Amino acid sequence: MRHILSVLLENEPGALSRVVGLFSQRNFNIETLTVAATDDGTLSRMTVTTLGSDKVVEQITKQLNKLIDVIKVVDLTEGEHIERELMLIKLKANSSAARDEIKRTADIFRGQVIDATPNTFTVQLAGSSDKLDAFINALSGASLLEVVRSGVSGIARGEKVLSL
Amino acid sequence: MELLSGAEMVIRALRDEGVQHIYGYPGGALLHVYDAIFQQDEVQHVLVRHEQAATHMADAYARATGKAGVALVTSGPGATNAVTGIATAYMDSIPMVVITGQVMSFLIGEDAFQETDMIGISRPVVKHSFSVQRPEDIPSIIKKAFHIAQTGRPGPVVVDIPKDMTTPTERYEYEYPKSVKMRSYNPVSRGHSGQIKKAVDLLLGAKRPVIYSGGGIIMGDAHVELAELARSLNVPVTNTLMGLGGFPGTDRQFVGMLGMHGSYEANMVMHHADVVLAIGARFDDRVTNGVDKFCPTAKIIHVDIDPASISKTITADIPIVGPARDIIKEMIQLVKGAKTGPDAEAAKQWWQQIDEWRARHGGRFDINDEGLMKPQQVIEMLSKVTNGDAYVCSDVGQHQMFAAQYYKFNQPKRWINSGGLGTMGFGLPAAMGVKMNFPDAHVACVTGEGSIQMNIQELSTCQQYDIPVKIICLNNQSLGMVRQWQDMNYESRHSQSYMKSLPDFVKLAESYGHVGMKVDKYADLEGAMTEAFAMTDRLVFMDIAVDPFEHVYPMQVPRGAMRDMWLSKTERT
Ligand SMILES: Cc1ncc(C[n+]2csc(CCOP(=O)(O)OP(=O)(O)O)c2C)c(N)n1
Ligand SMILES: [Mg+2]
Repeated sequence: MRHILSVLLENEPGALSRVVGLFSQRNFNIETLTVAATDDGTLSRMTVTTLGSDKVVEQITKQLNKLIDVIKVVDLTEGEHIERELMLIKLKANSSAARDEIKRTADIFRGQVIDATPNTFTVQLAGSSDKLDAFINALSGASLLEVVRSGVSGIARGEKVLSL
Repeated sequence: MELLSGAEMVIRALRDEGVQHIYGYPGGALLHVYDAIFQQDEVQHVLVRHEQAATHMADAYARATGKAGVALVTSGPGATNAVTGIATAYMDSIPMVVITGQVMSFLIGEDAFQETDMIGISRPVVKHSFSVQRPEDIPSIIKKAFHIAQTGRPGPVVVDIPKDMTTPTERYEYEYPKSVKMRSYNPVSRGHSGQIKKAVDLLLGAKRPVIYSGGGIIMGDAHVELAELARSLNVPVTNTLMGLGGFPGTDRQFVGMLGMHGSYEANMVMHHADVVLAIGARFDDRVTNGVDKFCPTAKIIHVDIDPASISKTITADIPIVGPARDIIKEMIQLVKGAKTGPDAEAAKQWWQQIDEWRARHGGRFDINDEGLMKPQQVIEMLSKVTNGDAYVCSDVGQHQMFAAQYYKFNQPKRWINSGGLGTMGFGLPAAMGVKMNFPDAHVACVTGEGSIQMNIQELSTCQQYDIPVKIICLNNQSLGMVRQWQDMNYESRHSQSYMKSLPDFVKLAESYGHVGMKVDKYADLEGAMTEAFAMTDRLVFMDIAVDPFEHVYPMQVPRGAMRDMWLSKTERT
C-alpha cells in the first residue's frame, strides 16, 4: 500500500543524507521525497511517499524515529489528509490545433500555461499525484518534451498539526 | 573562564567525561590534538599498531564496564581502518566515541591529501555522527556524543574534526556542559504498565514458559533482576550469544545458549514453549532459524529498549518498550502480588521434560581416539583453571562457539565477543582493552590460528604497555568454521579454508618479548595452562593443537524450526 510519511527533522547538514541512506540501507522503497525548511529555520519538513505492507511501513516509521535528527514522524495516510504535487510539463505546441487542445485540457485540470514559445507550451499543474497522472494521460495525443514533478507534499486535514 | 585551543578542548572534554584511556594512532590531521595529548598526563593515550585494534580496544572496554570507550584516529586511511571496529560495535549496540581527524575545512570536497568522507562512510554503522564546524562547539559535541552513545540503545558515535578546528593558536572559552538536552533525542525511560501487567498475566498462566534474554540484560545491568524474576516464576532461561553471563551459566534453570549452535535443550525448550519472554534480544536470524517455523505454539512477549527491534522479524503479541531493569522489577512486583502463582503441576511436567532433553544431549562431545585434543576440552580446561571467572575475549570461528558453549559464565560482562558482525581479529585487541582496565583479572583471548593473524601486530602494543593477556589459540590449522560448512554443504571441497603456512607462534610471541607455549597433548594441558595463568605479569601465547576435523554441534538445519538440529556428524533430530 502507498503511505505518505511526514517527517519533522533538524535542519542540519547531513540530516537528509541520513534519511535517504536509511531507505537504501534497509531496502525500503521511496516513491517521492520532498524537503525544505519550515517557518522555523532550525526545522525541516519532509514528505516521503513509500510503498509497502503495514509491517514494512511500521518498521520504516520506527527506523526513521531512531535517527537522532528526526523529531517526529506521522503516517498521513492513517487519517484524513491533503496531498499536493506540483508538475511543470513542457509540450510540443507548434500548430494551432495542438495549442488549443493543450489549453483546453489544462483548463479542465485547472492548469496554467506559464511559458510559451512558437513551438512549445509549458504548463503548471498542482494536485494529487493521481490528478497529475490523469493530466498526462489526457494529453496522450500531444508530444511531451519534459516532465518535472516535485514529489508529494502532505498535510493532515482539520486541526491536527505536526509541530514541535 | 579558561581559554583553550580546539585540540586542548578535545582532550579536556574527554578528561571531564571521566575518560582514562584513549586508544589511537596519530597522523597529519591530528597533529595538533596529539600535541595537546603530549602536554598533559591525565588522559593516557595507548598507541596501537593498527586503527582497527584501537576501536576494538575501546569497544571491549565498553563491553566490560558499560561506559563508552574512546578511539582516536586520523583522517583518510586512519578513519577507514576504523570502520570495521565501528561496525562491530554498532551491530552489538556497544557505546563508543570515535574521534576522527579530517582535512582542513576549506579543503573538504577537493580530494585533498588523506581526505575521505568519514561521515558518509560510517553513516550506516553509527548511531549518530557529528562534524565539527566551529571549534567552540567541541565541548558540547563531545558531551552529546557520549550522551547518545551511552543512553537508549547504545551505539558508536563518530566525531569528525577538521584540522583547522584544532589550531593551537586559536583559543576559546572552555566549559564542559553538565547535561544535555536534545529535542530530537529522548529515549523511552519506562515501560508501559498496562503491557507489563498483561505480560505477567500471560506468564502466570503459562504451562511451558521460557525466558530468552540477550545483550540488553548485560548492557542494561539487569542480571540481578532477571535472576529474581526467573526464580519467582520457576522458568527455564536461555541466553543469546550476546547475552551469556546475563544469567548464571551453572544455574539449574539455565538451559544454555539458543540458536544456530545453541544447546539441544535450549532449542527444544524454545520450540515447545507456550510463552516466550524475550528481553533485550532481537530475534536475530542466527537465533530464530526459519522464521515461519519459529516457536509455533508460543505467545511472544518482547521487551526491548529499541522500538524498532520489536516485531521486526517475529511479531510480538505483547510488545514492551523500555529499559530492561525497570520493566523486570515491575514484573517481579506483579508476580509477588499475584493472587495465584505459577501453575505448579505444569511447572513440574515442564521441568521433567526439560531434564529429559538435557539427559539426551547435554553438551556431550566425542573424545578423539588418536589422542588429538578436542577444542571443547581446551575450553573446559580454561573454565576450570580460571574458576569460570575470567574475562573471555573471543575471536570468530569454531573456537568462539566452543567458548560460548563450554565456558560457564556466571557473571555478566565477562564474555566479550563480536556477535553481530562476527569480526575476525576482534579477540586480541578486545582482551587488551579489558586487561588494561582490569589489571588484576584473568583475561583470556580465545582465538584460532586464522583470527589471531588478523591483528597479530598488537603483540607489539602489548609489549609496549605490558598487557599480560593469555592467548588461548585453538590451532586446528584451518579456517575451521568455513571448513565445517564446506564439509556439510560442499562435499568437503575445502576451498581456501586451509592455512598452509602458519608461523611458529611460540617464536613469534618470543620475538615480541612474550612467552610462547606449544601444547599438543591433553595430558600436558592442565599443567601448561595453570603455569600460563600463574605468570601474571607476562603475556603468554598458548598454541594448542586441536583436532582439525571437529565440527561445532548442535547445529540447526538451515531454514528449519528451532528443534531441527544436527547433533553430531551422523545424528539429526
Ligand atoms: C574479517 C572476517 N573475514 C572473514 C570471516 C569469515 N569467517 C568466519 S569464521 C572463519 C574462520 C576462522 O578461522 P579460525 O580463526 O582459525 O577459527 P576456527 O574456526 O578454525 O576455530 C572465517 C574465515 C569473518 N568472520 N571475519
Ligand atoms: Mg582455525
